[in-house]
Amino acid sequence: MEFLSQLLDLNWISMLSQTLNTAVPIVLAALGGILAERSGVINIALEGIMLMAAYAAFAIGVVTGSTLLGLAGGVMAGALLAAFHALISIKYRTDQTISGTVLNIFAVGITAYLYRQFNMTESVETFQQWNVPILSDIPVIGEIFFQQQPLVYFTLLLVVIVQLALFRTTWGLRTRAIGEHPRAADTAGIKVNRMRYINVILSGALAGLGGAWLIAEAVGSFTPGMTTGRGFMGLAAMIFGNWTPVGSFLAALLFTVPGAIQVKLQLINAPIPYQFLGMLPYILTIIVLVGAVRRNKPPAAIGKPY
Amino acid sequence: MNKSSTSPPTADPNAVPVLEMRGITKRFPGVLANDNINLDLQRGEIHCLLGENGAGKSTLMNILYGLYQPNEGEILLNGKPTKITNPKDAIAHGIGMVHQHFMLVPTLTVTENVTLGLEENKGLFIDVKKPADRIRALSKQYGLDVDPDAYIKDLSVGMQQRVEIIKTLYRNAQILVLDEPTAVLTPQEVDDLFHTLSQLISQGKSIIFITHKLREVLKVARRITVLRQGRVVGATTPQEADSAKLASMMVGRSVMLKVDKDAAKPQAPVLSISDLRVLSERRTVAVNGVSFEVRAGEIVGIAGVEGNGQAELVEALTGLRHIEQGTVKIDSAVMPNESPDAVIEAGAAHIPEDRHKYGLVLSYPIRYNMVLSTFDKPPFTKGMSLDEGMITKNAKDLVKKFDVRTPSEETFAGSLSGGNQQKVVVAREFSRPIKLLIASQPTRGVDVGSIEFIHKQIVAQRDAGAAVLLISAELDEVMSLSDRILVMYKGKIVGQSEAATAKREDIGLLMMGTQKN
Ligand SMILES: Nc1ncnc2c1ncn2[C@@H]1O[C@H](COP(=O)(O)OP(=O)(O)OP(=O)(O)O)[C@@H](O)[C@H]1O
Ligand SMILES: [Mg+2]
Repeated sequence: MEFLSQLLDLNWISMLSQTLNTAVPIVLAALGGILAERSGVINIALEGIMLMAAYAAFAIGVVTGSTLLGLAGGVMAGALLAAFHALISIKYRTDQTISGTVLNIFAVGITAYLYRQFNMTESVETFQQWNVPILSDIPVIGEIFFQQQPLVYFTLLLVVIVQLALFRTTWGLRTRAIGEHPRAADTAGIKVNRMRYINVILSGALAGLGGAWLIAEAVGSFTPGMTTGRGFMGLAAMIFGNWTPVGSFLAALLFTVPGAIQVKLQLINAPIPYQFLGMLPYILTIIVLVGAVRRNKPPAAIGKPY
Repeated sequence: MNKSSTSPPTADPNAVPVLEMRGITKRFPGVLANDNINLDLQRGEIHCLLGENGAGKSTLMNILYGLYQPNEGEILLNGKPTKITNPKDAIAHGIGMVHQHFMLVPTLTVTENVTLGLEENKGLFIDVKKPADRIRALSKQYGLDVDPDAYIKDLSVGMQQRVEIIKTLYRNAQILVLDEPTAVLTPQEVDDLFHTLSQLISQGKSIIFITHKLREVLKVARRITVLRQGRVVGATTPQEADSAKLASMMVGRSVMLKVDKDAAKPQAPVLSISDLRVLSERRTVAVNGVSFEVRAGEIVGIAGVEGNGQAELVEALTGLRHIEQGTVKIDSAVMPNESPDAVIEAGAAHIPEDRHKYGLVLSYPIRYNMVLSTFDKPPFTKGMSLDEGMITKNAKDLVKKFDVRTPSEETFAGSLSGGNQQKVVVAREFSRPIKLLIASQPTRGVDVGSIEFIHKQIVAQRDAGAAVLLISAELDEVMSLSDRILVMYKGKIVGQSEAATAKREDIGLLMMGTQKN
């Protein structure tokens, strides 16, 4: 009984605000996945890209003493690793799932090695919460959406930008065309592989931003394996969102709600083992995916080199 | 349309040709696809390119369109040597192409497909309104009825082709290449297309037209060039040539354009269908209470304009589509629903309509494609594994017997010419003992020599006691090959007659849903 009343006392608004915050890296990975897959390239290296970017953001942030430079470094590292994935899957026509898996393994190994080798104990100063003037005073809505850290706002903006870009601009139309029927796009005079390079590199930059978020906004210091599947959850959100930015954003929120609840429940010592609560987001992801995979359809030319 | 309207006075033989291809040679691994080809196109003419499967027609046109680079030779546009290194160049020089396999993105709209690569922006975003208006204007001007906002995946093949033509016109193409544009059209759509073409040339555009249908060539061409094994083997005009002459120029021997067969000796029923009801992809009733029998030793042909339920009927018979109601029996055994294996097991063979979707694995070599339905049984297995030696030998024999033009049986099915892909399917299906043959559009995209050959093979199967169900949009094919003809219209069998006494006009009327008198 005491537990129930404690449950009702919890601050649910802060929990939703927390959900939005923790969804950031998943949303960014999903946006990255969308850019790559819409153009016809599978990018399951997003997980490794995020981890690499997190380390780069950390190391550069510590060395330069600037979180912003660390963030930029993370984005660059993401783009670089993605460029490598693009090269081996577009130019050398390697199986894209294999290439992605190899890069994921590589990222785990290299970051753990660098972490041990340089043994940096300092941490990066994380970005402060910044309340949007006026809007943050709106009851409930203001607290959820407008009392956040900078990257949350930026991510929301990116969701809108990528959504519009994909469906309303020349770049978006061409991207969708080369992912569905590259030969048709080719005969219309579009440089298929050049566009694929651009998209995959951008996808790495976005996932890199998601990885850098861990350092710049979440914890400030690096631990090996700290991405804990966020890149894969981003891919799941992409599928559940039917390869659309807004859909994937909503899916990512759905995946992160259990995590936020779990944190709250742990705070009040809920009579449920915390390991089980920790599994919830992943279980939910699997259940949701099983349904989505039958309903949603990936771009037709996905995974096929041109 | 009469001949004079297709040859306007603008086509002056002494004028500088709008296009000249000189000494074009193209080698693929193991194949000389184009061997020193010369071709010219005058302003305002329709120039037909004719040739066997694999003769090199599509290759030559792909070179013109910048998709392939020739090993030797040059291209002159209005007398000026021009390098075309990619489709963008070709488009910039006013060359438009409607490919043998359409180049449209199914998930995009008509407007998006037409403007792809030439998008116009209004501020940051794509302007769809202005192009849509222009598409409407073009479609009105040339009688190419399409809805700019429709998605390609919802359009019939005929409509998709109109989109392809509009795509070239939108790019201001002066030279149009149409690669087998009529292979997938209904007779009505073919007439509409010819009407559009005559309008185009009367405006000074020039057209290269590839087809295997000799009647069409004689109807629309001003000049005809014939290719064989990568070389130009002759040029003629419709005034000088007739079907028989064109056919023999193409294949290098005389061809029987009529099917030569004895009267059928039908035995017991092999395929019995009663009260069959099947839904289409869009959940509408496609086959509506159809019943008929096909007996051993006879060929039953189903005539009908495409899209009247024939495709769904065949899919249901071959276990590829759910049967809502009614039964399909092969030799008195009721076939389980949606079980292609059971149908094959019962002794049926199937030549599918869409060879890319069902007939072939394009990324497999020919030798594997030749055993797709039988690879898991002797003689192609050795214990638990495949007997690669047998599989190769089988492919070698079939390639020879069915005259598949390919450098080797290791070649991927995807790099064969369209007609040769069809021959691979036919060869595989005919290479095992069969009781029932279901042949959908068996000669689509196939040259006259091979049509003769495939027809002979089908008759031979009948004479060996197989029951044959033929589905074809080519009325000529149904009339000449069948022993009995059924006409399908809007999902129902609306007429039936003995082929020997059937009249072309009567069947044509039934196909359009009207009865005589
Ligand atoms: N990309 C390719 N790679 C290898 N060989 C090819 C390729 N494209 C065509 N060929 C070969 O070149 C030859 C000419 O093929 P092409 O497609 O030009 O014939 P076609 O005259 O258009 O025949 P069809 O009437 O059957 O369409 C064929 O032997 C074919 O197998
Ligand atoms: Mg061809």
